[in-house]
This record gives sequence, structure tokens and C-alpha cells, in this order.
Amino acid sequence: MAASPVPARLRINGNMHMLASRPDRDRRATTPLGVNGSGFRPNLYDTIIFVLVVGVFVLVAHGFREMNAPAIRLSTEPVTLDVARLPEYALRTTMRMFAAIIASLVFTFVVATLAARSRKAELVILPALDILQSVPVLGFLTFTVTFFLQLFPGSVLGAECAAIFAIFTAQAWNMAFSFYQSLRTVPRDLDEVARHYRFSPWLRFWRLDVPFAAPGLIWNTMMSMSGGWFFVVASEAITVGNTTVMLPGIGSWLALAIEARDLNAVLLAIATMAAVILAYDQLVFRPIVAWADKFRFEQQAAESQPHSWLYDFWRRSRVRPLLVRGAASVADRISLLPTPLTRAPVKPKFGAPSRTGERIWIAVLLLLAGYALWQIVLYTRTTLGFADLRIALFDGFLTLIRVLVLIALASLVWVPIGVWIGLRPRLATSLQPVAQFLAAFPANVVFPVAVVAIVSLRLDPNIWLSPLMILGTQWYILFNVIAGASAIPTDLRDAAALFRIRSWSWWRKVGIPAILPYYVTGALTAAGGSWNASIVAEVVSWGDTHLRAEGLGAYIADATTAGDFPRVVLGIVVMALMVTTCNRILWRPLYRLAENRFRLE
Amino acid sequence: MDTMIPVADRTLVSVDHIRKVYPKGSGEDLLVLDDVCLTLGKNEIVSFLGRSGCGKTTLLRILAGLMPATGGEVMIAGKSVVGPSPEVAMVFQSFALFPWLTVLQNVEIGLEAQGVGPAERKRRALAAIDLIGLDGYESAYPKELSGGMRQRVGIARAVVVQPTVLLMDEAFSALDVLTAETLRTDLLDLWIEGRLPISAIAVVTHNIEEAVLLSDRVLVFGSNPGHVAAEIKIDLPHPRNRLDPAFRALVESLYATMTARPEGKAGQGHFFGTGISMLLPRVSPNMIAGLMEAVAAAPHEGHAGLPELAGDLHMEVDALFPVAEVLQLLRFAELGDGDIKLTEPGRQFVGFEPDARKKLFAQHLLNYVPLAAHVRRVLDERPTHRAPASRFRDELEDHMSASFAEQTMRTATSWARFGEIFAYDEVSGIFSLENPG
Repeated sequence: MAASPVPARLRINGNMHMLASRPDRDRRATTPLGVNGSGFRPNLYDTIIFVLVVGVFVLVAHGFREMNAPAIRLSTEPVTLDVARLPEYALRTTMRMFAAIIASLVFTFVVATLAARSRKAELVILPALDILQSVPVLGFLTFTVTFFLQLFPGSVLGAECAAIFAIFTAQAWNMAFSFYQSLRTVPRDLDEVARHYRFSPWLRFWRLDVPFAAPGLIWNTMMSMSGGWFFVVASEAITVGNTTVMLPGIGSWLALAIEARDLNAVLLAIATMAAVILAYDQLVFRPIVAWADKFRFEQQAAESQPHSWLYDFWRRSRVRPLLVRGAASVADRISLLPTPLTRAPVKPKFGAPSRTGERIWIAVLLLLAGYALWQIVLYTRTTLGFADLRIALFDGFLTLIRVLVLIALASLVWVPIGVWIGLRPRLATSLQPVAQFLAAFPANVVFPVAVVAIVSLRLDPNIWLSPLMILGTQWYILFNVIAGASAIPTDLRDAAALFRIRSWSWWRKVGIPAILPYYVTGALTAAGGSWNASIVAEVVSWGDTHLRAEGLGAYIADATTAGDFPRVVLGIVVMALMVTTCNRILWRPLYRLAENRFRLE
Repeated sequence: MDTMIPVADRTLVSVDHIRKVYPKGSGEDLLVLDDVCLTLGKNEIVSFLGRSGCGKTTLLRILAGLMPATGGEVMIAGKSVVGPSPEVAMVFQSFALFPWLTVLQNVEIGLEAQGVGPAERKRRALAAIDLIGLDGYESAYPKELSGGMRQRVGIARAVVVQPTVLLMDEAFSALDVLTAETLRTDLLDLWIEGRLPISAIAVVTHNIEEAVLLSDRVLVFGSNPGHVAAEIKIDLPHPRNRLDPAFRALVESLYATMTARPEGKAGQGHFFGTGISMLLPRVSPNMIAGLMEAVAAAPHEGHAGLPELAGDLHMEVDALFPVAEVLQLLRFAELGDGDIKLTEPGRQFVGFEPDARKKLFAQHLLNYVPLAAHVRRVLDERPTHRAPASRFRDELEDHMSASFAEQTMRTATSWARFGEIFAYDEVSGIFSLENPG
């Protein structure tokens, strides 16, 4: 039988650096590195990792202390436009982001797993997620701010939680959906291995479900980041009725700068945001993506692997094997604990669940929903009439036109550019991160610059405020089209060139069919984001100049400022309905068409 | 092997009147296994030989406790199987390795699930890795390994949990010929030397030579519904030689058994269902014409033994049989005793030009494939000469599952297109008599 000419131990110790550029190899099994073995001598990479870890630790500790400060601090130490405080504001904003990601992950793991494992939970969770996905995130703020302020009276924590929750709502539903989809598409043979060897739920979750879902989940989290940054900026300085909260952060800084008509401060905020996103990308996401490469479900080694300098450092550090081993032994301890979760399933589940049980469950749900609907009618009947519904629908229609026109315009611009870039592989690899960076950049930070332009040129806000809605979301179209064009197989392109298929005929026969599935994904995301953005894009101000474009976003924004809850609810419901309808009658059929007819495989 | 022990003591696995029914949305349920009885003795390798769709893989999954039987009982080592049990371990056709775990971690996974501590786990996994010939690869990831090495990991993972029975589900069929042969030989060597901690092996395969090479007993499965059609004992001494006349004779007789028409179903051939609801296999017109040409060519001259033909064409039984049976269905050839013989129309077809071939094919299609004739008749009767495919698919789904209906429709459509008896528009899903040419 085959035997390697060199014993594994020798190879591994001798070639640490050569191995570092290859997928992560878990060496704990065969490497005798360890405290009691060869002794631990830190190298340069260890030092860098150590400095980074200590730095992050200090910053986080500081941030936590501030987060928990008494609420009075907000008025005794109000947010100021002092440049020296900007780094701290950036830190606070970033920490909210992290808190939200962790909350979203926990939510995802719990809720999506429940939905995938229990039919009854699935019946509730899936429709709920579907609706929550189309509800405008900023609409939540009105309720959550009030709720969280009451939950933690006298502490900054209440307002912090409200801001974090806003980011959470921008990410959690997407992530949960992605995880649920992965759980449902676990390859049949691996699922059988898990059942066959009687994995405990705990073991199955960490050995099969999470690794299999990891690439999709990470990609999805990255996509949701854009929304996240957008909303953290929008939710730091928030006015609901009589309550105005200004949490220290870039968003509050920006709000102050707008009030003070300080263009320099706005530009500083833009620069700071760019730096934060860049650091976030380099220090958090790239390492994670590089690490997660090993979870890609392909049996063949891929041609190109994602790279991250930080991750390379980590792999070259000597402390890594120690930490990995430590983590593994902790994980082992946990999985050997005698709890129901970590025990092998006693009775395997065979066959389908009973139909009657399911029917009873659906009946209970319908009753509950009916009761809730009745309560809503009771609540809104007193203040709202059909006239309000008519206004909301009309405004919704205006915003719908804006979204559609803007998506069409953005497509006209970015589809040709995206295809042009995508067909040049080297250009595409270098520009793809740029497009992703632009997509993650919160557009609302740039709004004031546009507003200054509109004010000084005396443009019609009904028209010229519209582009703001798509400012941050158009990049989804661009990078999806780039991805689509890069995926056109070389032989197809060669054939097109050989038969001299050019210009319009090329687009009709090669270009559009090839990118359509990608384009639809991008346009759908962009449209969804634009609806959300309308709440902050249709009403903007510069100092005491207020610009307003008639639309559903403005309707919700005004109702929020006035603390008019019934109208906020009405606005949100109408918007959610319109988004859902759009998805159902436009995007999904288009996507299905693209998938069935034009998928290149 | 040891024939002195009384039969009762030797029985390790008993399968008693197993039935398996897949419920369907509409129409009758699909019966995949009917009244299957068999036993596995100690120190025995038994092959379940049959073609795809004969329920042998379903039976293996029932043995593994991955699937409940609709009726009957499976006993392993005196215990009734009600779910996955530590008594059995399975080796998968697709290897089913976790790509994110190293070889060592993959091998350890079964022990980890049993709650074996890390040190003990590693010791046993390393021993299994050594045994299966994977030493040196402990820290590699599956994607860095060749198919053969991956399946070694699959075998090590199964062996390390020390099951009573090892189940192998087409374990060698995803490998190339040379690799599969090496792996089979290695496994057999370990088995004969008694180095595997296993009491019996059940091998599911559609490869006749593999069954004869490995097993002490071959159970031939028949289809529609799956049942044990024949049992053949193999007493050849190991190592077995494929060129040994006794070996060849066994292979020939197994071919004959597998091509034998099911009793009481003469004229129906091997296809499930009757009339328009006959389940058509995924066989393209090119394959049909290709096989006829191969049979007509020298040295066969219109009459070939299936084993030789399979060897010449580098085809496996699973791929060859359906094509041969389609030829029989279309009356272009006759099957019997492991032989295939072209009929007169079959010989004519081979001699014809493309256009004449199409005409002859169309004629046979309308005469012998009821579904094709049915679609054509409906199209002829309608003034528009158009009909939606969904109409016929619904008719089929009363008799078979949705995926089989889809497959049957696709096959019928591709044959009809070749014979130009009707056209189909994929986008609108409409059959018509228009000739797009």
C-alpha cells in the first residue's frame, strides 16, 4: 500500500513557511509542538499578533465601559465636533457594529436551526423572516428606541441597544435565511454519515452544519455589512417625538456637522468612515474569508485562494498550534459533557410528522394572527382613515417609480462597465474589492455633500434627491455583473470571437444571457436597499435648510420625527407590501427565467 | 470458509420479508422492495447484484438503519434494527468525507460521535489509518487526495468503529478501473488475513465481475419491484483470476440471469409499467444507433455476447442493459441468455442512410412505444396540432413519481425529435407537429 517517503512529522516541521500559503492544515494531530514539548519561542508573527490582540482588547474594554455609562453622560459630555474625539467616535460606531454581528450570528444559529429541524417552527419562522426582510429597517427605530430606553432607564445602554438593534435588523434576517438554506441543502451523503454514525446534535452542528454553511454565511454577512454601516450611522442620532438621543459615534458627528453646516467636518467623517471600513476589511473580513476557504464544498483544490496578510501572519505564528490545540481540547470537553445536546440521539426519527398535528398548529397560528390583526385595526382605527391609506399608497407609488427609474439608469451605466471589467480577468480581480468597498461604504455619510450641491444650484428636490437612494446600492449591480462576466467560459467567448459575433448581436446572444442571473441578484439587492434608503434620502437637511421629496420614505421619516406611531406603522406596512409585491411579480420570475434558461453549467 | 458450524449459529444478519413502499402524492404508491428475505453469515462477503433501480441500495439503507422498512424485520446480531446502530458501518459511493476535516479527523469522527476520548480516539484512528495504507496522509485534506485514497479514508472511517457488519454501497464504482482493482485487492487481502475487525461484509454493486471477485455469495436482484431473483454461491479460491474459465462461466451465467425476462411479464420487457405509463430509461437515440452499429460490426456480425460487448465498449452493466433493452422494446434486437441479436429491421437500420434511419425509427417508435403513439395521436386529432406537455406529464404522474415522469417525458421527446414524429418547444412546454427545420 502507498506510503509517503517522508514521515509526516518531519515534513511538517521542516516546511512551515511553504505550507503557509496553502489551505490551513490542522497540524495539531501530528505536530509535537507544545508547551511541554519543544518549548514556546515566539517569532515576529507572534509579536504582531500579540500587539494586535492587546490593542483590540484595550479598545474593547474602554468601549464597554463607555457603553455602560449612566445616561447623564450623554448630556454632560455631548458629542462635539472636536477632531481629537473622532477616533473614539469611530471606535464606538465600530463596536456597535460588532455587537450587532455577534447578536445576528447567535440569532441565526438558533432561529435557522430551529426552522430547519422543526416543521412547526419552520411554519412560523420562514414567513416571518420573509416579511421582516422587506420591512424598512429604519421603521423599527421608532419602536425600539422607546422600548430599549425603558428597558435600561438611566443608562446609555438603552440607546446603545436601540442602535445595535437597528444594525441587527439590517443583517439578521438575511443571515438566518442563508443559514437555513444551507441547512436544507446539506449534501445527502454527509447527512447520512451524520445519522449513520449517530452524531449528537452538538457534533452535527459544529462538524457538519456550520462548516457547510460557513462560506455562504460569511458572504451574506459581508453583503449585509453595507446595510449595517448605513444604519449605524442613521441610528446614532435619532429623534422620536420628544426624545432626542445622540450617541457618541460617527453618525452623531455627522448630524452635528449638518446642523452646523460644517462641510469640513462632513469630509472628515467621510475619511474616517473610509478608514474604518478599510481596517474592518483588512483586519476582520479578509482573514475570515481566507480561513473559511477550507469550508468550500469542493473536492478539487481551487485555482485561486483568497489571501489575507493577517491570516498568513497568524498561520506563521508559533502561538497558533498552542491556541488551536487548547480550543480543540475545550471543544472536546464540551462535546463529552453528558447533556441532551451532546448525547447521541436515543431514538432516530423515521417517517413524516403527523398531518393532523400540523393542521392543529396552523389553526392555532391563524387564530393568533387573526387576533393580532384585530388589535392592529382597533389601534389604528381611532387615528387613521381611508384618506391616510390613500396618501400612503400614493407616496409609495412615487417612491416605487423612483426606485424603478433609478435601477434602470444605474443598470444602463453599470452593466456595460461591469461587463467590460469582467471580461478582463486581471482588471476584475483588482477592481472587485473596490466595488465591494464602495458597496460597504454607508452612502448617508456622503448625503450632505450632495445636499450642499442641490441647495447651492437650486435644483428640484423631487428629482435630485432621488439619486441619493441608489448612491449606496448601485454597486451591487456593478459587482454582480463583474462576477457574471468573469464567469463566462473561455470557450464560449472564443466561439463568439471566432464567429465574429459582435456589438448588439454579441450582447443578445452572449453578454445578456450570461450575466442575467447575476444581474438580477444584484438589481434585486439594489432595489431592496433603495427602498430602505428612501427613509433617509427623501428628507434631508443642511443646517436649517430642509429638503423634501414627496414619497413613502419622507412619509415615514416625518411620522417618526413627529412621534406619530399609527402613521409610522401604516407607512411601514405599505412599504413592506410594495417591496414584497415587487419581489414576487418582478424579480423572482425574472430570476427563475435567468436560472432556467441561461445558467451556464 | 468454515462449513462445519451449524447454519443457525452462523447467521449474523437476517432480513425477513422486507417491503419498502415510497408514498407518492397521487396515484398508487411506488413499491421498490417486495418480500425480500436473505441472511448474512459470519465471515461471509455477500454481494447484492442488480441494476440501478432494483432497490438494492434501498435495502442497504434499511440495513444501515437510515431508512425504515414499510414491512418486515431486519435483525443484526440478534437485535432488531430500528435506527442507526453501532453494529454496522457503511462505506459510501461518493466517499462522503467532510472536506473541512483532515484525514485523521475524518477517521476519528465516528469515535467522536461515540464519545470516545481524544487520546483513545487518536490511537485507534492512527491504527486504522495504518491498516488501510494511509499513513503519511493523516494531516491532508480530502481534496488533496486522489479518489482511491479518499475511499481508503472512507473505509478507515468505517473500520475504526469496529462494526459487526460492513456495508459497501457501490464503494468502487466512482473510481477508475485500475484504482478500483487495487483497492478491492487490498481490502480482500486484509479480509482474508483476518485483519479487519469485522464479521461480515455486504457489497452493493452493479458490476458483475466485482461481485464474482469479492463474494462468497451473490444475490441477484430483479426490478419492478425489487426482489431477490437468484442466489449463486461462489466457491472459487482466492486470489481469483478473471481469466480462469470457471470465473468466466460464473460471469456469463450472471449476465444471463440479469437479462432473463421476468416471468409473467413477457412482451413487457424490463420496463416498469404498461402502455403509455411505461417508464422509459434515459437512453439517447445516439446510444441506440451506436449499440446497433457495434453489434452489427465485426466480429459480432449481428449477434454478440453481452459480457464481451460490454468489454469492447468499455461500458458497465448499468449503462449497457438499458440500451440493449430499448433495442428489444423497439424490436431492433432480441435479448436472451446473456446475448443480444439484431432483428431484421435492426440490420436494415444499420445499413440505412440517416433519412431512411429516421423513417424506420419513427415507424418502430409509433408501433412499440405507446406514449409516443399517444402523443402523436392527440396532436393529429387536435385542429391546432398543438398540446401542452404538462397534460401528458400529469397522465404519467398518476402511475409514477414526478421525477420518473419527467425522465420518461424527456426520453420520449428526444426519441420523437430523432424520428421527427413531433416537435417540442422547451420554453412554452408545447408539443406540436410543426417541423422547425
